[in-house]
Amino acid sequence: MKAFTVHTGVAMPLDRANVDTDFIIPKQFLKSIKRSGFGINLFDEHRYLDKGEPDADNSKRPLNKDFVLNQPRYKGASVLLARENFGCGSSREHAPWALDDYGFRVLIAPSYADIFFNNCFKNGILPVVLDKEVVDALFKEVNAAEGYTLTVDLPAQSITRPDGSVIYFEVDAFRKHCLLNGLDDIGLTLEDADAIKAFEKQWREKSPWYFTAA
Amino acid sequence: MSGKTVYDKLWESHLVKQRDDGTALIYIDRQLIHEVTSPQAFEGLRLTGRKPWRADANLATPDHNIPTTKAERSRGLDGIVDPVSRIQVRTLADNCREFGITELDMDDIRQGIVHVVGPEQGATLPGMTIVCGDSHTSTHGALGALAHGIGTSEVEHVMATQCLIQKKMKNMLIRVDGKLNPGVTAKDIVLAIIGEIGTAGGTGYTIEFGGEAIRSLSMEGRMTVCNMAIEAGARAGLIAVDQTTIDYIKGRPMAPQGEMFNKAAEFWKTLISDADAHFDRVVVLDAADIIPQVTWGTSPEMVAPVTGFVPDPDQEKDPSRADNIRQALKYMGLKPGTAIKDIQLDVVFIGSCTNSRIEDLRAAAAVVKGRKVASTIQLAMVVPGSGLVKQQAEAEGLDKIFTEAGLEWREPGCSMCLAMNADQLPAGKHCASTSNRNFEGRQGFGGRTHLVSPAMAAAAAIHGHFVDVRDILLDTTRA
Ligand code: SF4
Repeated sequence: MKAFTVHTGVAMPLDRANVDTDFIIPKQFLKSIKRSGFGINLFDEHRYLDKGEPDADNSKRPLNKDFVLNQPRYKGASVLLARENFGCGSSREHAPWALDDYGFRVLIAPSYADIFFNNCFKNGILPVVLDKEVVDALFKEVNAAEGYTLTVDLPAQSITRPDGSVIYFEVDAFRKHCLLNGLDDIGLTLEDADAIKAFEKQWREKSPWYFTAA
Repeated sequence: MSGKTVYDKLWESHLVKQRDDGTALIYIDRQLIHEVTSPQAFEGLRLTGRKPWRADANLATPDHNIPTTKAERSRGLDGIVDPVSRIQVRTLADNCREFGITELDMDDIRQGIVHVVGPEQGATLPGMTIVCGDSHTSTHGALGALAHGIGTSEVEHVMATQCLIQKKMKNMLIRVDGKLNPGVTAKDIVLAIIGEIGTAGGTGYTIEFGGEAIRSLSMEGRMTVCNMAIEAGARAGLIAVDQTTIDYIKGRPMAPQGEMFNKAAEFWKTLISDADAHFDRVVVLDAADIIPQVTWGTSPEMVAPVTGFVPDPDQEKDPSRADNIRQALKYMGLKPGTAIKDIQLDVVFIGSCTNSRIEDLRAAAAVVKGRKVASTIQLAMVVPGSGLVKQQAEAEGLDKIFTEAGLEWREPGCSMCLAMNADQLPAGKHCASTSNRNFEGRQGFGGRTHLVSPAMAAAAAIHGHFVDVRDILLDTTRA
């Protein structure tokens, strides 16, 4: 996994509550057996006017000019400003893959759905949680100023606005550690292989009925 | 010291290691696998040269992509028309073979929606921790297991380590007291709950469902309730073990047999919350207040009783909620104040891991028996949850009842629940669906989904619009 330390980028507002993972990446793109290439279909049903298909030539599709992602001022945006319960619905990791592949490195919202939140960390995306009032203020600012850029500093747990003012955020210590170092969870867990084996042995003795082959 | 909840007990019994940073390694007893969220996980194993920790803890079946028409199905894997779907289904088969994992493949009578297959095979047992790369894994909590959906990175993690890195959730109890009215089902209970607490109400919690109305449900009904815990924001929902649970498991192929079953059952009976257990939040509903539910919007919390009306955003004080209602009504093509019963339907879908078990099909069949699907309905389909459900339904003659009434009888799979295969809801069409999500585009690009119980969907098929199924069931004038 790629590491995350400090990131500076243009913010893009997605002013909508309960954005679900179907919204982020529609199901027809889940047929891929790869991990990459989803960025072009991020927010597909809103970004384009027609229905997307996995093999389509996306450059030929009609764009929904009203959708925020297609507005020239948000070109190259890498910080996504969102509303509450972002990423609800399906557990598809294709949602963070699509966000990442498009170029979003940081998400800022008042709350996220649990599975999606977790999946972001596994893919080097930082989902920041801020109070609703603070997020409201950021929405106002980003709408008012073109090229509105934020600097997100994970070691310092801070977000610096264009005017230099700083917002601090909380992040789980373990997740922060993994993200900062780009650590692979599996490798870390396998360092505890002995503990897992010891657990398994006593669990098997106590409840052998869970160890009959599938 | 207060007592423990079922969740506390399941957590503690699977705790491999508590880390200083608040995370924990939790042992996983069973991983269920399907074709959509597993290819990248298997690929990860290959790239790192890792092997499954315990291949026999995994069970796979394809469900999301596979065709449900008899013609296409009869041609087997190579006959799947959509080439991208075909590759994904084949990749699952290849991966399972390579890594020594049992797969109930598309030609196996036991194949079906992974959340129907697990309990049916006895691969889901009380007291287990169960994961699957699918958010509706919460379904398995109905058997007194700790079950939740995970992402693909975690699928790989569980394959490689048999563990998951977790933080303990908070405990929520949702108690539904009293008795359900006739014609009101598990689906109506859970939709009413989501209407009450909202789609984020359960975020950060494991929900235990209890109370007389829940206890009186069959296992099928309990699975319907737990299935939609995720729609209330909770990764896991569960129900304490009782005799209904134990009777359901007995004799299932992958469940323990004989003396081992008896020993296991003794242990499973301890999987109830202690009388003095602490819940961080308790929500109480009265079953008598619940009547058949219908969603009118684009989130499961946008739900009303069948006797109710589509809301008016101008009456909503909270501006962001009013906006949500406006957006939803625009997408759904509905006017504020429309009576739910006046919503005209084009398509009816009976199926999905929420409502495709034998009891669901019986409930739907009871309503359509001897009647005909309304002429305005363009497609009404019944998609059983597994090959074994299909077989059972056919043995009971339910397939005949459906086809005589004008509903299509299909092969098992996820089908129009998420429309990854050819079963898609056309743009602008209204569908009465027994599935679990009414998000924009969920059942097909531009499609408009209304979530209901199987009996309500069946009644809607007959009338072409929503009706209160209680009126039909009380109608004794028909033979
Ligand atoms: S039936 Fe629907 S909700 Fe259930 S696993 Fe399949 S796609 Fe997911």
